[in-house]
Amino acid sequence: MSRPSTLFDKVWDRHVVAAETDDTPAVLYVDLHLVHEVTSPQAFAEIESRGLKVRRPDRTFATLDHSTPTLPAGPDGERPYDTPASKAQVQTLEDNCARHGVSLAGWDSADRGVVHVMGPELGLTQPGMTVVCGDSHTATHGAFGTLAFGIGTSEVGHVLATQCLLQRKAKAMRVTVDGRLQPGVSGKDVALAMIARLGFGGGTGFVIEYAGEAIRSLDMEGRMTVCNMSIEAGARAGMIAPDATTVAWLQGRKHVPQGDAFGRAAADWLTLKSDAGAVFDAEVRIDGSAIRPMATWGTTPDAGSPIGEVVPVPHDASGEKALAYMGFTAGAATTAYPVDVVFIGSCTNGRLPDLRAAAEVLRGRKVKPGLRVLVVPGSEAVRRDAEAEGLDRVFIDAGAEWRIPGCSMCLAMNGDRVAPGQLAVSTSNRNFEGRQGPGARTILASPATAAATAITGVLTDPRVFMAEGTSLKQASAARETVGVQNA
Amino acid sequence: MPEPLKTLTSKAVVLSQSNIDTDQIIPGRFLSTTTREGLGAQAFYDWRYEADGKPKPEAVLNRIDPTEHRILLAGRNFACGSSREHAPWALLDYGFRAVVSTEIADIFTSNALKNGLLPIVVDQATWDDLAAHAEQPITVDLESSTIRRGNAQPVTFEVERFARRCLLDGVDTLGWLQGQLPAIEAFEHRTETV
Ligand code: SF4
Repeated sequence: MSRPSTLFDKVWDRHVVAAETDDTPAVLYVDLHLVHEVTSPQAFAEIESRGLKVRRPDRTFATLDHSTPTLPAGPDGERPYDTPASKAQVQTLEDNCARHGVSLAGWDSADRGVVHVMGPELGLTQPGMTVVCGDSHTATHGAFGTLAFGIGTSEVGHVLATQCLLQRKAKAMRVTVDGRLQPGVSGKDVALAMIARLGFGGGTGFVIEYAGEAIRSLDMEGRMTVCNMSIEAGARAGMIAPDATTVAWLQGRKHVPQGDAFGRAAADWLTLKSDAGAVFDAEVRIDGSAIRPMATWGTTPDAGSPIGEVVPVPHDASGEKALAYMGFTAGAATTAYPVDVVFIGSCTNGRLPDLRAAAEVLRGRKVKPGLRVLVVPGSEAVRRDAEAEGLDRVFIDAGAEWRIPGCSMCLAMNGDRVAPGQLAVSTSNRNFEGRQGPGARTILASPATAAATAITGVLTDPRVFMAEGTSLKQASAARETVGVQNA
Repeated sequence: MPEPLKTLTSKAVVLSQSNIDTDQIIPGRFLSTTTREGLGAQAFYDWRYEADGKPKPEAVLNRIDPTEHRILLAGRNFACGSSREHAPWALLDYGFRAVVSTEIADIFTSNALKNGLLPIVVDQATWDDLAAHAEQPITVDLESSTIRRGNAQPVTFEVERFARRCLLDGVDTLGWLQGQLPAIEAFEHRTETV
């Protein structure tokens, strides 16, 4: 009998064109290559300088997301690009796709979205595939039992030209999140708890498989949020074995097989799981029932703790620098600092259930005066669905801005940024110094937490607004217990 | 294609902070470029310049002569974060040819090697020793995969063997991969015609 294998082994083995040797990495076949405007221009230029074409345009899909404005075009049809360079970058991708016959979800496409929101939504991402993109959050697609990871621009060129990559196989880690998640605890809280546990860099060199009851209980969007943040623990990929939830979510999507072919595909997908007795290079267990709504207090995504805990005493110079940057004091409650901006969106938390969770909290309530709240759907499809449900009205009535899809304030390269010194609560994935704009300070949290914070003006555990039968009076009493002063 | 890199002797700059992420190395707002060139001016921009663009005189990277400091000695978990290849492009354009840390992020390692920037992982004791004698030149030898301070005992480091060969012999990675096309076509034939 062959040795029991992991989910990672199974997907890897299906894609080996030439096996790894001491002297050479494996040649690994790529089923799906996603492309965006920021990390691709130099790759297209490289292959063109060699007289090469995109070898498999049918396996290559592009979108515009990172440098795109989230305000609509003006009356003259001009889009409000942040800089001429952003506009040129978008045009470069449009030209490259046209020249190479690559499908582009461009400005006029109903499919356009943040690359990791769009791929699964269109059913481009399917279990058992290898998926790459010049973007570190490609791990998102692993929620479908794919091997999905970010690559650099040179490798984008390799895939464009050959549909393959040179890869050494990573080690395998299993993170098992047992137990039942408490109400009000989302995939984002699981991700932040996992990263706090592994440490920033704790997953370096590994592909993580997420398992356990708490993971299984998440919807596909929640699973994508968890896999999305694998890179924040240093792991290039995160994977979850496909199950009935996965199959149901994919059925009927644009690029998945239809009819009988779907049944055959689904039967194959459901074989993709780690065998009993499969051995991992590392195993981590987390008690899911103990996870509470999480938020970060430092400038690395692992610097997080349950909302309501105090800022810990730094244990080294880097920790001290992080607190100095954030303007936080060890021993103070993380809920003590006035927040200036709330951002709800990104490939981590810009999907329909994320917007629903935020809208649930904001419905019939008002954003604290003076606070800026930006809600940016992850794709055109999310925008359409949200608007059909009236979520846009909930946000606008509460006093938030409802924008058009894109990466927006997640990386602040499109002009949507947090001003120097301002404190933001963001549903994105990185709280690095200056990530959301020079001098911007970022707290990472879930959509529900971001929405609760928008109401109170300080970091707030969303459960104060979620408890069944909570009247506004009770909620405001709860607000006081989390340290909000009434102005 | 990167310049072949065999051996390098240079002084090092020490940035001892851990978790220096790629947003510090090259902030996101400078990624709106369609070329690889010229990013050295924006390397560590927010560490080197005030919001109004004035250089910060205290910033070590503004005080040194980059042509004499080709090695960056960085704290643990260097270049974590984004997959942007702009990070090694910026470091190379600034003047670095090697980065030494106790832990370096995976994607950055792969990106750096493809551009001729050598990522070197050493143990804490070696790192401490190098940092404590930062004024002494460091010699990196790729053939023997060793790093040595002054005339001290060389310490070996690991480099993925194929990447090492590419750097030493100037092997063109994409060209090599194209040499695999018959196998790639056979793979497609096998897997796509079921
Ligand atoms: S939303 Fe943020 S993390 Fe996701 S692809 Fe865009 S910039 Fe990257």
